This record gives sequence, C-alpha cells and structure tokens, in this order.
Amino acid sequence: MSKRVVIDPITRIEGHLRIEVEVDENNVIQKAWSSSTLWRGIEVILKGRTPMDVGLIVQRICGVCTYSHYRCGTEAVENALGVKIPLNAKYLRSLMQASLYMHDHIVHFYHLHGLDWVDVVSALSADPALAAQVALKYTDKPINAGEGDLRAVQERVKGLVETGKLGPFANAYWGNGTYKFTPEQNLIALSHYLKALEVQRVAAEMLAIFGGKSPHPQSIVVGGVTSVRDMLSPARLQEWKQKHAIVNDFIIRAYKADIVMAAEAFGSEPSVLGGVNVKNFLATDDFLLGDGQYMFNQGVIMNGDLAGVSDLNPDLIKEDVTHAWYKADGPQHPYDGTTVPDYTGFVERDTVYGKLPTVNGDGKYSWVKSPRYQGEPVEVGPLACLLVNYARGNQVVVDAVNGLLSETGLPIEALFTTLGRTAGRMLQTVIVAEESLKTFDALLTNMQSDESTYTKPEIDPNKEYVGHSMIEAPRGMLSHWIRIKGGKVENYQAVVPTTWNAGPVDVNGNMGPYEASLIGLKLEDPTKPLEVIRIIHSLDPCMACAVHVMDFKGTDLGAFKVNPNGF
Amino acid sequence: MDTHEALYQQGVTRMEQLRQLQPRHGETLQEKMLQNGISRRDFMKWTASVAAMLALPLPFSTLVAEAAELANRVPLIWLHLAECTGCSESLIRTDTPNLDALIFDHVSLEYHETLMAAAGWQAEENLEHALEAYKGNYLLAVEGAVPTANNGAYLTVGCKGHTGLHIVKEAAAGAAAIISVGTCAAFGGVQAASPNPTGAKGVYEVVDKPVINLGGCPPSEKNIVGTLMYFIMFGKLPALDMFNRPKWAYGARVHDNCERRGRFDAGEFVEEFGDQGAKDGYCLYKVGCKGPYTYNNCPTERFNHHTSWPVLAGHGCMGCSEPNFWDEMADFEKPLGRQLLHGLDATTDTIGAVILGATAVGIGAHAVASVFAKSEEEES
Repeated sequence: MSKRVVIDPITRIEGHLRIEVEVDENNVIQKAWSSSTLWRGIEVILKGRTPMDVGLIVQRICGVCTYSHYRCGTEAVENALGVKIPLNAKYLRSLMQASLYMHDHIVHFYHLHGLDWVDVVSALSADPALAAQVALKYTDKPINAGEGDLRAVQERVKGLVETGKLGPFANAYWGNGTYKFTPEQNLIALSHYLKALEVQRVAAEMLAIFGGKSPHPQSIVVGGVTSVRDMLSPARLQEWKQKHAIVNDFIIRAYKADIVMAAEAFGSEPSVLGGVNVKNFLATDDFLLGDGQYMFNQGVIMNGDLAGVSDLNPDLIKEDVTHAWYKADGPQHPYDGTTVPDYTGFVERDTVYGKLPTVNGDGKYSWVKSPRYQGEPVEVGPLACLLVNYARGNQVVVDAVNGLLSETGLPIEALFTTLGRTAGRMLQTVIVAEESLKTFDALLTNMQSDESTYTKPEIDPNKEYVGHSMIEAPRGMLSHWIRIKGGKVENYQAVVPTTWNAGPVDVNGNMGPYEASLIGLKLEDPTKPLEVIRIIHSLDPCMACAVHVMDFKGTDLGAFKVNPNGF
Repeated sequence: MDTHEALYQQGVTRMEQLRQLQPRHGETLQEKMLQNGISRRDFMKWTASVAAMLALPLPFSTLVAEAAELANRVPLIWLHLAECTGCSESLIRTDTPNLDALIFDHVSLEYHETLMAAAGWQAEENLEHALEAYKGNYLLAVEGAVPTANNGAYLTVGCKGHTGLHIVKEAAAGAAAIISVGTCAAFGGVQAASPNPTGAKGVYEVVDKPVINLGGCPPSEKNIVGTLMYFIMFGKLPALDMFNRPKWAYGARVHDNCERRGRFDAGEFVEEFGDQGAKDGYCLYKVGCKGPYTYNNCPTERFNHHTSWPVLAGHGCMGCSEPNFWDEMADFEKPLGRQLLHGLDATTDTIGAVILGATAVGIGAHAVASVFAKSEEEES
C-alpha cells in the first residue's frame, strides 16, 4: 500500500519549498511533487519603473545569489539599449562574480548541504588523535584538523548534547543508516563546518571590496560599475587578492579534501548513486578571462550524450504552467509570457504523519513555472556547466574532472549522481577560484592605459527596446528578459536556475529535475526522509529566485480570489 | 537624572532575572572560550566594541560580557516569511573573529529555517515545542514581509499548511520581544512596493505588540546582533525613533556622518558615474544619493567587517532603511529634489531652496529630513 510523505519546510535552503513523495510497501519512491509555497510578485512591481532601477530591484529576488540577479538584470537593460560597457567594468563584474561563487558554494556545502552527509552526533564518539591521522589521507595540509582542533570541536558540541538541547542541531535525522562517514570523518567535517563560518565571512568581504556590501552589493549601474576608486587603489586590489588567498586555501585544503573523503565513504551508498534522472543539461558563456575568452562556455546536452553537445539557442526556451498556480493556454517564450495567478490550495489526505493538507498532483500545485528547452525538461547548475564544458573539450574543465575521477577512482558515470552533483559544485569552485586570478591580472594590465568604468546609457522615450541577458549564477543558468517602452519597463521576466530544476510536471507529463531525481529512491524510514533532503539539497534550491511573475497585459491582479484552505 | 546610571542599574537587575532562568550549559562561557582558544582578553575586547557600538560608556562592557554568558538562556526563534534570505546572510557575517561560532553556542537558536539541521515535520515540531516550552521568554526575530491578501494564501509554511500570517501571529503572542529584521519585516519591503500584489505588510501591522524595526535591505550584521544584545542585556526595548528603529543605530542621517560630506559642503559633486569627480571621491547627491533622507549608521559602521558601504563604492545611498523607499525614493540615480517624503510639508524644502540658492537642492533636503527626524519618546 502506498504512503504519502510530506516534507515542509525543506530547511537549509533559500525560500519556501515543500516536497511530497509517495512510497510503496518497500519504501521506494513511486511519485514525487515539488511545490513552492511563496509568491512575491516582483516582476509586477517592476512594470512602469525606470530601467535604471531594474538591477537594484531584481537583486531583491534573492539575498543568496544576490549579485547574480543584480548583474543579470543590469545587463539585460544594457543589451536592450545597446550599451557597450568599458573593459574595466567587465573585469570588475567578473571579479565580483568569482567572489560570490567562492562564498556561495562554501556556504552551500558546509552549512546547507553538509549536515546531510555529516552525522554530528556520531562525531562525538570519534578519537581526535585518530581523526587527525585520517585527515592527512585527503590532503597533505589539513585545515583545523589537528588533534587539538578536533578535540576542542568535539568538547564544544558535547557541551550542547549533554544539556539535552542541541539548538540548531536538534531533532534532525542523526543515526540514519545512510550516513556513511566514520566517527573520525564526521569530526573532521564538523570542524570544517565551524571553520567555514569564519571563511565565508572573508569571502563575503571580497565581494564587498568592489560591491560596497554583501549581501545586496550596490556598485553596478547600467553602463558600468561605480567602484572606480576601489579599482584605482593598489591597497584595495591587494586586499581582494589576500582574501582570495585565504578563501582559496580553505577550498583546496578543506572543501576539496572533504569531497574526496565523501566520495570514498559514500561511493557504495545506493541513495546517492542515482538522482540525475533528467539527463538534459544547459549552460551559458560566463566569467570573462583576460584574453577575451570565457572560463565556461555555452552549450546543450540532451539525453546524456556528451558526444553531441550543441549550441544554446535562446529562442527554444519556453515556460509551461500546466501544473503551476497560473493560467495560460500553452507554453510561452519569456518575451511573450503571461502570468495570471490561479491558486487552488491543498487537498486533505492521509500521510505518514496523519491527515494533512497535501498537493493536488492532478491539478496545480506550485508557484514555480516549468521552463522547457525544445519542449524538454533540463537540469542546470554546476554539474550541467561542467558536463557541457567537458563535452566541449574545455581543457581546464577536462583536467579538473579527470583529476578528481582518478583521485577517487570513480568512473565518469559517477558524475550523473547526487554525489557527482555535489562533487561538481566543489570542482567548479576550485576552477573559479584559480581562473579568476587571470581576470585580476587582466584588470591590472588594462588599467595601465585605461581608467574608464562607465558609459552613459541613452534612452529614447519614443523607441521600444527588447533585450535579455544570460549568465551562470551559482545555481545554474540565469536569464532575464526585458521590454522597454516610453522609457519605462513594459514587461520583465526572469527564467531562473531553480525554476528549471524545481518546476512541476509539464503539459506532456514530464517531470523536472527535482521530481525526477527522487523516483526510485529507497527510504530507510519514511517518517525521517533524510535521503530525500540530501538529493534535493544537492540541487541547491533557491525558491525566492524560482518564483516570479509578470503581467504585462494589464490583468487586474487584485480581482482574482483564492482559498487558502481550498480543499 | 543620570540616564546611563539608570540604564546600568536596569542592566544589573536584568542579569539577576537571567540568572533565575534554567541554565542551558553546565560550564561557564569562559571555560568554553579557553577550550576554544579564545582568550579572556579577546573576549573583553569584543565586549568593549559591542558597548561602543551601542553608544554606551565603557563600564557597560562588563554587562555585555555577563549578558553574553547568560545569553544561552534566552531562546531565539527566527521566522522566514516573504523574503530573500538576505537578512540571514547578513546575520551569518557577524564580524569579530570567532564570534559567530560563540553566538552559535550561547544563543539558544530554537528555529531558523536556513541554519537548522531538522527538516519538514521535525522542523515544525521544533517550532511548536519552542513556542510552548519558552512561552513568554523567547525572542522572536522575523525576516520577510507578511503577505495578507487573500487571507495570506501567498505564503504557507510547514506540513500543516499554515499561512505566514497565521504563524507570525501565533509566534508573536508568546514572544518576550519581537524584532523585525530588515525592511521587509519592518515595513513590507520590495514586495510591498506599488502595486503590492500580495498585500505585503510589516509585522507591526499585523500583531498587537511593540515591534523593533531594523530597517535596511539588509541591515548590517552589527545592527542585527547589537539589537539582540541590547534586549538580552536590559530586558527591554532600546530607545526607538518614530519608525520604532533603535536610536543607537538609526539616530543619525547617513548624510551626517558621510565620508563625502566635506565634498557636499564644498559644492563638489559627481556629475556622472566614472567622471573625474567620481575618481576623486566627490559627493554623490546629484547621481541620486538619498543619504540626506536616510537614518542609519552605514558611514560609521559600514558592512562586512568594516570593509565598505555603498557610498564608498561610489554608489549613492538608496535609502533602504526607510519605509516605502522603493516607491518614494525611486528613481535611484536622480536626486529626490522636492518630492514629499513621509507626507511632510514641502514648505520647508521650498524655503531652503529659496534661501540658499545654487546648492539649495541639497540643503533643502537637510531641512526636510530634519523635520521628520523628530522622534517619539523612548519606550519604557
């Protein structure tokens, strides 16, 4: 007999996400539904405002990948107006982006995803002396993993446990059989969890040097960047580089080492060896390097065919709302999309926790739309970016991927897994950290002969403009689409990484990556679905990003009615 | 009356109250610090900086130290409503080395969706448990606006499908104090900008208790942690301005302490981003700076371990700690000029403009802002 499991809130993510699954008598997932439960309406709010404010407003879509929307929105306006920005501005934007990646991926792995791999309670029974030896297996120079460090971490967490109050660690799925680290390995990773709290702050400071603050930096405008004094200051440039060294050190000596350790420990754990069931991948050009080349290149892979990578065609992107809480006649291209909210609420039924409101899988059940490429669902994100570049023969990526595979002894197929997705994010961080120094050097060189950072944009109120921008946000390909009329925003649409990944079933009955990744997963205990959380976290959900709405046809949004308990 | 003396006595009384609460850790903070390689000296340096940040005289740092040791007995519940998680991102950047780890230890963080290990049903259990077990004693921090249109249906959280509106009202009922972290929770924020399709509101508009509003998108890490510390130390709300923002952080205009203020007074303005004036650090008023209308400590405290703030990075202040700034201060690259702000009379501005002639736009802005600076009496 099938049983329904409701998981809400999915914690340790940005935003509000509800996952429901149905398991059979063997606790194997047969059906899955991904539902976003918050709608904010930012694109409605953009309508009628000056295009110069777009970047600042769309940035508030997300405080995590805060810089990505800021830059993408600003560049969509620049694309529409035909503004060519100075090279220095491009380099500074690239350096800010690198800073964001170094921050975001560290926080994601350690503070959001980490506790799916690391059993905090198990770490308490570790032998710190032995753990210090174990740490040396994964890197010559471990960070915060000497015997004294590890003993201090252990004592500190013991203090929490002995009082019976675990604070943020309370009531989690500790002891689940799919945790595979030894107590010593758990202790090493726990030590890095705490150390990463410190390092992520330094990474945020990197972004603030050229961005003014983080989150929500405030230094790019349509036409360029404003932090010209920081750029011209040798002390400021050196500050960035020094912080870069601190963070990069952690990336190599902790993050990379911990992933190699995880690959060894979890290499035979079935619940992390599936999880990539949509084998279509998209990525776009991003990270300007000094020679006018990009660190990562665009491309599309369909059906997992690494030999058949093709060019990304923006015209082939459409959004479907069959099962999303919006009305529409059929899939729509972002330039021509409509969004009319159509909330239908939940349906009450039996679950493993008793009677609860649940999603109506036959009807509409999420505020996230379902973007499709050529009608097909697609996964975006670090893994997609690496696979596209691996298939393209991007030498830096090929070397990094092959290096990790040989170090861990895993076959290339291991990339197409939950474990591979998490390892891919680490590899991307390593590449971004290292390659961004080329951008840094290119900036120094260019500054010798050119101090410009801004080109004043012109808007003709009698003209209509259309433009878009596609970048790689930490969670995958992000695109913003704008129409400008009468000097004001006529309409706006963001097609966001988490929208690609988290969308509900489309008109053809095809699931997106979140839902598909869960099918066939066996749960040890359906009332404590750790395995589900781990897979979903490997996709790094960012729900505020994913939920967006535009209404450029002037529908009266105040007129529709919804029933919050619409059973 | 010596108000500092009175406040100090109140702090001492508060410490006594805290001591009566159930201890959470058997060992003292100092013992823990030593185990973690943090010296008493480092700790005292930190307490002195907290006291200074709260604009309190040095003797208060002893209270800060004591409060930090007792703080683990104050449960903290942090709710996420209609938001972008930027405020939580700001919180995790608290800046004194090793301090974030310390706070992890001594504030009892009962519920925080971005940081907690538990998920789903078990996470909701943690919230229900904390609301019941610490009724009347917990600090409630809220991040994000409250969607109210259509009975709040634009946001539901948890297996039971409760709306954000329902949850915040329930949590507010048993809270010892409520802190709206960021402009969204305080005033509705970006989703409340016109036409506000979800009926987003600030927390104070839907609960019937006093709420401390930490304006800012996001507020700096110092303003968040400093406010938590104030309540823990004194067991009451700090002195607040007319928008219920703590005066210690929001008592002065950004313009008052701006590093480019001398340029303003000298009439030296950036005319266009990237021009020579921009390279020389001229005033950003003419490219849209809203510093004269905005109350916050950004110029003195900055962000990210004092690394920078928008004006240092060459971008005008956008007024993000003020109510309705998304509507009232747009467009952000143009001077606000003589628009009405918070419904105040434009006459003052006009007078300023007439009297002062050429640089009057800026000076007039001073006059307007001075009028609305008048705050309510301190809460007791």
